[in-house]
Amino acid sequence: MSMLSVDRLRKEFGGVQAVVEVSFAIEAGRIHSIIGPNGAGKTTLFNLVNGLYAPSGGRVSFLGCDVTGLRPYELAARGMARTFQNLQVFFNMSALENVMVGCHLKSDTRLLPSMLGWPSIARGDRATRARAVELLHEVGLDAWVDADAAAMPYGALKRLEIARALAAEPKLLLLDEPAAGLNPTETREIDRLIQRVAAAGVTVLLVEHDMRLVMDVSDRIIVLNFGRKLAEGTAQEVRRNPEVIAAYLGTAAAQGAGSRHA
Amino acid sequence: MRLRGLMQARTGGLLALALVIAVLPLALPNNFYYQVAVLVGLNAIVCVGLNLLIGYAGQISLGHAGFFGLGAYASAVLTAKFGWPAPLALVAGATGVALLAFVLARPILRLKGHYLAMATLGMGIIISIVINQEIPLTGGPDGMPVPGFALFGLRLTGDRTWYWIVGGLLLLSVWLSLNLIESPVGRAFRALHGSEVAAETVGIDTARFKVLAFVVSAVFAAVAGSAFAHFAGFVTPVEAQFLRSIEFVTMVVFGGMASVFGAVVGAAVLTALPQILTAFHDYEMIALGVVLIGTMILMPRGMLPSLAALTRRWMR
Repeated sequence: MSMLSVDRLRKEFGGVQAVVEVSFAIEAGRIHSIIGPNGAGKTTLFNLVNGLYAPSGGRVSFLGCDVTGLRPYELAARGMARTFQNLQVFFNMSALENVMVGCHLKSDTRLLPSMLGWPSIARGDRATRARAVELLHEVGLDAWVDADAAAMPYGALKRLEIARALAAEPKLLLLDEPAAGLNPTETREIDRLIQRVAAAGVTVLLVEHDMRLVMDVSDRIIVLNFGRKLAEGTAQEVRRNPEVIAAYLGTAAAQGAGSRHA
Repeated sequence: MRLRGLMQARTGGLLALALVIAVLPLALPNNFYYQVAVLVGLNAIVCVGLNLLIGYAGQISLGHAGFFGLGAYASAVLTAKFGWPAPLALVAGATGVALLAFVLARPILRLKGHYLAMATLGMGIIISIVINQEIPLTGGPDGMPVPGFALFGLRLTGDRTWYWIVGGLLLLSVWLSLNLIESPVGRAFRALHGSEVAAETVGIDTARFKVLAFVVSAVFAAVAGSAFAHFAGFVTPVEAQFLRSIEFVTMVVFGGMASVFGAVVGAAVLTALPQILTAFHDYEMIALGVVLIGTMILMPRGMLPSLAALTRRWMR
């Protein structure tokens, strides 16, 4: 059984077809990547899988259940977490609190005990806090634990989002351009982080522009162009695919590449 | 360290508030000032609740005077016309308001920004119209008298008695709010304010928590309304009016959004000033507008947080 399968998924915005009949399946315990030129529909696809958008057609199955049309919080409860290309950090909180919110699903959210300050709530909070500190350590943000999120640099916020997503202990983690805007050193750190996360048993689906990062970490790559799936395969296979080269570099380059391989 | 600082700020703040409530009577020369203090306390209770919704959960309401009015009239009507014991009427009023807020919240809180403001404004106005029109029950625009509050045969009368009751209620509401804010529920509220999209993706049912914040803040307003009705001994529809709602929001914004003690300070300053500066009564609304605009320009985070930041800068 595949962890996530997407069957002929479609999304239209007015007359624009952002995602067209895309199908793919993702096996548990691997790193999959979605690549494609700007405007290929990668983030839209993420938003469909994650429930932020309702699809115009097609189905999404997660862990063997049809989850089409479920809201993001329902998918989170089933074990799907994500980060955002354009940061969605809680800027009104500290780094630690951001990650603690990530533990929401395992927290006691009964109203009356919370208001009356029952000891069990405080105990749960201490455990949550310890777990959040641990997660911040895992993503290398020890120095920022007590910092206000609004005072943190961009690269640290990217990792903060990953820590918050991991706090929910997801089975599937969607990472939307985790290395966008980062310098090469920071990108290498993200690279290692993603591999550590995958090694810990979390299935990763990655959208990324940084080709070296994608080629380094991905077990399987799906290529989108103009909302359609262009190709799918290992890094080697995708790199040699003439259609992929054409999409990225133009037709002439693809012909050149084709003749060289021929 | 920040955590310990926070805990200290919390218990320290509660102690400071208790101390102010305990010592203030020494500075109150006569009953008039006790009355003002009681009004300050009642407004502060509403603002502490409203701040959960506006300051923490990031949802506006321009209709909370409606809930205050409903609490007041529930106590008035149930005790005066139906002879209910006052505590039961208070609980019934709070429960009724909670149910009403729960039913209204889902459709209303789907709206955002200006639309949410308009919807809550409409809700408050409808409540005030109903109170005005139900003349057989509420006495309409003339208002109605309210019997005193009797607890176990003990009648609570006199401004000084009410001072201690409202002081206790205020401490209780501040304590409940602080507990809530420091719990996972409170963090979920603040997450709504920070990013609704991110809140959803970490598993927060945003609709549910918006409704929760709305209902809790409505109940705070209703309880304050009930207490007001018995304290004043007379209620009029003015208590549920739109302008009262604006006053509450102004107090929250002025005192400091997302600051429990800020809400108390905002309520204290904006309730006490007009009472003390009665000579300028005609210009009250102008003054309110100036305060709101001035706060937005000079201290957008509100008085208490801005002052706290300023002192921290000085201490360094």
